[in-house]
Amino acid sequence: MSNIKFGFILILVAGAVLMMSTFIVHERELAIKFKLGEIVEADYEPGLYFQIPIINNVRIFDSRILTMDTPSERFLTAEKKNVIVNSFAKWRIVDPKTFYTATAGDERQAIARMASIINNELKGQIASKNMREVISGERATIMQVVTDNAGVKIRDLGIELIDVRIKKVELPENVSNNVYRRMATERQTVAREFRSRGEEQAKQIRANADRQREEILAEAYRKSEEIRGEGDASAAKTYADSYNQDPEFYSFYRSMKAYDVSFGNNQDMILLSPDSDFYKYFKKAE
Amino acid sequence: MPWNEPGKDKDPWGQRNNDGPPDLDELFKNLRDKFGGLFGGGGKGRIPKVPGGGGSLGGVIGFVVIAMLVVWALTGIYIVDEGWRGVETRFGKRTVVTQAGPHWHMPYPIEDVELINVSDIRTARNNSKMLTSDENIVVMSIEVQYNIKDAQDYVFEIRDPDLTLLQTAETAIREVVGNNDMDLIITEGRAVVGSATKEIMQEILDNYRTGINVVTVNMDEAQPPEEVQDAFEDAIRAREDEQRIINEANAYRNGVVPQARGEGEGLLEQAEAYKTRVIKSAQGETSRFNQLLAEYRQAPEVTRERIYLDTIESVMARSPKVMIDIPNGNNLMFLPLDQLMSGKSSSNTGLQSLSGSDSDTKSLIDEFNSNANRNRSRESRE
Repeated sequence: MSNIKFGFILILVAGAVLMMSTFIVHERELAIKFKLGEIVEADYEPGLYFQIPIINNVRIFDSRILTMDTPSERFLTAEKKNVIVNSFAKWRIVDPKTFYTATAGDERQAIARMASIINNELKGQIASKNMREVISGERATIMQVVTDNAGVKIRDLGIELIDVRIKKVELPENVSNNVYRRMATERQTVAREFRSRGEEQAKQIRANADRQREEILAEAYRKSEEIRGEGDASAAKTYADSYNQDPEFYSFYRSMKAYDVSFGNNQDMILLSPDSDFYKYFKKAE
Repeated sequence: MPWNEPGKDKDPWGQRNNDGPPDLDELFKNLRDKFGGLFGGGGKGRIPKVPGGGGSLGGVIGFVVIAMLVVWALTGIYIVDEGWRGVETRFGKRTVVTQAGPHWHMPYPIEDVELINVSDIRTARNNSKMLTSDENIVVMSIEVQYNIKDAQDYVFEIRDPDLTLLQTAETAIREVVGNNDMDLIITEGRAVVGSATKEIMQEILDNYRTGINVVTVNMDEAQPPEEVQDAFEDAIRAREDEQRIINEANAYRNGVVPQARGEGEGLLEQAEAYKTRVIKSAQGETSRFNQLLAEYRQAPEVTRERIYLDTIESVMARSPKVMIDIPNGNNLMFLPLDQLMSGKSSSNTGLQSLSGSDSDTKSLIDEFNSNANRNRSRESRE
């Protein structure tokens, strides 16, 4: 029995000792081994390692790429305009020994120091560029230069700065309002242009329509006068042919007709002398 | 924030019990090989020593220990579903990535596995205001669809890969928008902006070794901010107004021109009518004249006289008349023409009024006559 008990205890103790004397460095971790507070080993590949319990202890750090979000900050561009820039940085611990000595292994402390370094670089870069360059053309360059310059300084913390990227580039609130006003007026210009162009075309179309109308009517008038002329000419020829047979008789006949028509109304009063032909038998019958 | 993130919190151990009976011989062989690889021969020798220590009771304990070892070994069985990958580690060090199917890894804490869904398309959205290259402000809303192309990278290389994707989306879309003018972005540039954003994102994500593959970047929305929405809408309305004004003018033209054509046709018709009328009346009149002329030539004197008398008669019959037998007029002669005329509307009353003052009329006529006579005598004297 004591044999069995002893066996169990032995196994338990062996297990405990085994646990305490090993540690695992995961694929996403870095480790530093201390011997009574002094760093003895900091260059671990992932895997299983041994330590002497109590005498050795181990600090584990994240070896993955980590993110640092910088809060929005106000910068001045070359032409002294305010911009609000917001960026993030990607970093990873590459030298755990240096990292530990520089920051006491505290990520938050590391972030605070990186943030001030990166902000300084950003400030310098943005101050040397004008607004338009910051927004568009030089954006990639700024990010690259900041990454390179800050990267050198941050290297001293045992950190590799992989990337600094600008997220927001914004105008301050009061400037934004001015931008909105400008945008609105630009749109008004465009709107005015559209409407005026419409008017322009409309006026052309209307004028053209009026012209066509005039032309059509004028042409119709010309044609109609021509036709009337043909009629008149034809009639005149007919009359002339006929009346030329005896102009004198025509004259008489036409006069008679004219008298008849022109005195047709009993409003017309005739004052006449008895000498007229009509009355030649009025005084005496010869 | 990303969601519908498949299986992130799923316990990989939970999969194990679904498996059918494993091939134990195979497993033990595997186990021996793997342990052999780690501890050399030491492990092999130790286990059989334990049952050797006691009698039948020792045999029972040995059996219990072996049974516990078997159960422990069985905890290493897991199944990878279709579209998933199993990322195995041995003492934290990456080993293999297993494909879909049943698998076994050495039991915890020696080996471990993380199951990652690599086929599901995940979605992230971003919606914010940003500056364009012409310093205008637009509101962009994009949707990024992505999946995982490298499960090991996704697991080992970066903390918060999904947050990183969001940040990458934000920086990429702002870079693209910052490089383009607003007019382009809110109109035909949408597709271009999407694909350019995708390219930049993929480049950044590969640089970080996130193991993420960007499938598409869709632009849900690209529009001016609320503050200037009215002005933009008015500009769109203006575009419509332009068309409307032109259409109205076209309508006017389409009304006026055919009307003018109709009017012109009318003029022509009138002219034709006139022409026909004058020609026909000429023909008629001349025909009448010709016929009369023929008769006139037969008997000119008589016909002429007859026509004359007929005409004068008809004229005289219709008209009131005053005969003045004075050859050359006379200053003294007075005719109350207005009176005579006023009675004209009805000849009867006119006559009556004349006859009513019979004596006056008579004297008037007498006077005329005497005047006439006097004049005549004077004329004959001269």
